[in-house]
Amino acid sequence: MSQENNSMAGFNTSSYKLPNTSLWQKLSHKLQKNWKSAVIFIPFFWLLLFFLAPFFIVLKISLSEATIASPPYLPMVSWLDEGIVQIKIVIDNFAYLWEDDLYVDTYINSVRIAGVSTFICLLLGYPIAYAIVRAPQTTKNILLLLIILPFWTSFLLRVYAWIGLLSDQGSINDLLLYIGIIDEPIRLLYTQFAVYVGIVYTYLPFMILPLYANMEKLDLTLLEAASDLGSKPFTTFLTVTLPLTIPGIIAGSLLVFIPATGEYVIPDLLGGGNVLMIGRVLYNEFAANFDWPVASAVAIALLLVLVLPMMLYQRIQAQEVEAKQ
Amino acid sequence: MSHNSKRSPFLVTMLCFGMAFLYIPMFMLVFYSFNYSKIVPVWGGFSTRWYTTLFESEEVWEAVILSLKIASISACFATILGTLAGIALVRFGRFRGHTLFSGMITAPLVMPEVITGLSLLLLFIALGDVFGWPEKRGFSTITIAHITFSMAFVAVIIQSRLAGMTQDLEEAAQDLGAKPLRVLIDITLPLLMPGMMAGWLLAFTLSLDDLIIASFVSGPGAVTLPMLIYSRVRVGLHPDINALGTIIIVVVAIGVLLAGWIMLRQQKQRKLEETLSGN
Repeated sequence: MSQENNSMAGFNTSSYKLPNTSLWQKLSHKLQKNWKSAVIFIPFFWLLLFFLAPFFIVLKISLSEATIASPPYLPMVSWLDEGIVQIKIVIDNFAYLWEDDLYVDTYINSVRIAGVSTFICLLLGYPIAYAIVRAPQTTKNILLLLIILPFWTSFLLRVYAWIGLLSDQGSINDLLLYIGIIDEPIRLLYTQFAVYVGIVYTYLPFMILPLYANMEKLDLTLLEAASDLGSKPFTTFLTVTLPLTIPGIIAGSLLVFIPATGEYVIPDLLGGGNVLMIGRVLYNEFAANFDWPVASAVAIALLLVLVLPMMLYQRIQAQEVEAKQ
Repeated sequence: MSHNSKRSPFLVTMLCFGMAFLYIPMFMLVFYSFNYSKIVPVWGGFSTRWYTTLFESEEVWEAVILSLKIASISACFATILGTLAGIALVRFGRFRGHTLFSGMITAPLVMPEVITGLSLLLLFIALGDVFGWPEKRGFSTITIAHITFSMAFVAVIIQSRLAGMTQDLEEAAQDLGAKPLRVLIDITLPLLMPGMMAGWLLAFTLSLDDLIIASFVSGPGAVTLPMLIYSRVRVGLHPDINALGTIIIVVVAIGVLLAGWIMLRQQKQRKLEETLSGN
């Protein structure tokens, strides 16, 4: 008790001796000396609080027991009588995911849809990026602007535009009927096909831009050398161009694959109820079923699926910065 | 297959196909915004009535204002934090926690939005339980969420600019006796200005565009523009949404063209200066 009083008194005297101005001076002096730490600390702290800490909360709730209450889960740590602390970790939520075929299928389906879409993006994006690299300078700038422009407009509205194109009375059906390929409208909207179209459409620029950045650094004299030595264009492509652009291919593919796996809007708007993807399941568990522990377990499991590709992406990003320096 | 060879027909075809694929849906969106008919894909004559409906809707205006407010504030904070993070990562060598820090900066770039949204919401709920803040979710929580994911994009831009920049000027200033903090404020930051502006614009757009994270961390009464669009679009096609889309596309196109024009002019000026100075 007396110690506490002493420290209180000590605090009082010291704050009395330091009027506001000199405190400020002291602070600014400290800042001047430690400004580097401040530059690191401010964004670091922000990310720790708003990016890393939330994951531990998700992890904690995924290991808690669900209940009908608010919040809809039981606390993990509880005080029993006589000061005994009870820590209850439940893996039921994960077991539930694992045993229910619906969830397993949804994970597999999400990875498959994202994987196939990534491959289609690559097939389309690679020649487009290559064509842009080889275009004359002015055309190149215009083409690049055209690739970037959709990125600045609303993603949601661009997905919405496809509803109008794909619906039974939509433009694509109209066109096919007019040409006479089909006699009655075919179902395009609310199918897996529509989801593929939506993902490829949305993520294509994310494939083209890293590929372009990579190809632009390509040493064209190597290609000339190959052709001078009698290599056929296709062989040159397979043995020179393709291997040299692998970093671009990996970066672009990861940039498409990872977010596409957790996609929510596209399967919801274009797939209707027919296409199960994990992002939708997560949202529904949380918002409709109000089952926070299962929603958290779904999120953690999705992270586990994506942790390897994400680490790979992180590595490439770091290497790129280092290579530039 | 040398550099100056004729255009490959295959490449040109792919390029045309890609551009058509990217732009036809947007064109159709604009086209049907001038449709009189209420059923979007059925043409019923030219009309601008959906624009009138849109401008008269108070709901839409409120959402636009809220979204613009969140986007401009979060873009400013994201630019400051992202710039600090970029400088720390590129110029300070390997400090303790470097790996964790750079991991936290890159992860939001690819993190599925449902995960970010869910985890931030659970954090806000936990903070509310423990500290009584945030009392209610809405403007402030959406802004914080947007700062967090867009600062990562700013940091990547700044990192790449810093890594590509020569350190000549900074070293010269240091040799002339400037303290490191002076060098940072007087030399490095002005040189980073274009990167910071690009970062701000990107953060602004990302915030305006975000649906999922905002839906998770928003509360009653706070409806951003994407949330409003989504609630209407989910139940079917809406001609007034086409009108809204058209306005957004036109504004963005003008902005991008303007930026492109400015860039081109600067490029030309630089070339002119180079020729004049005899290089």
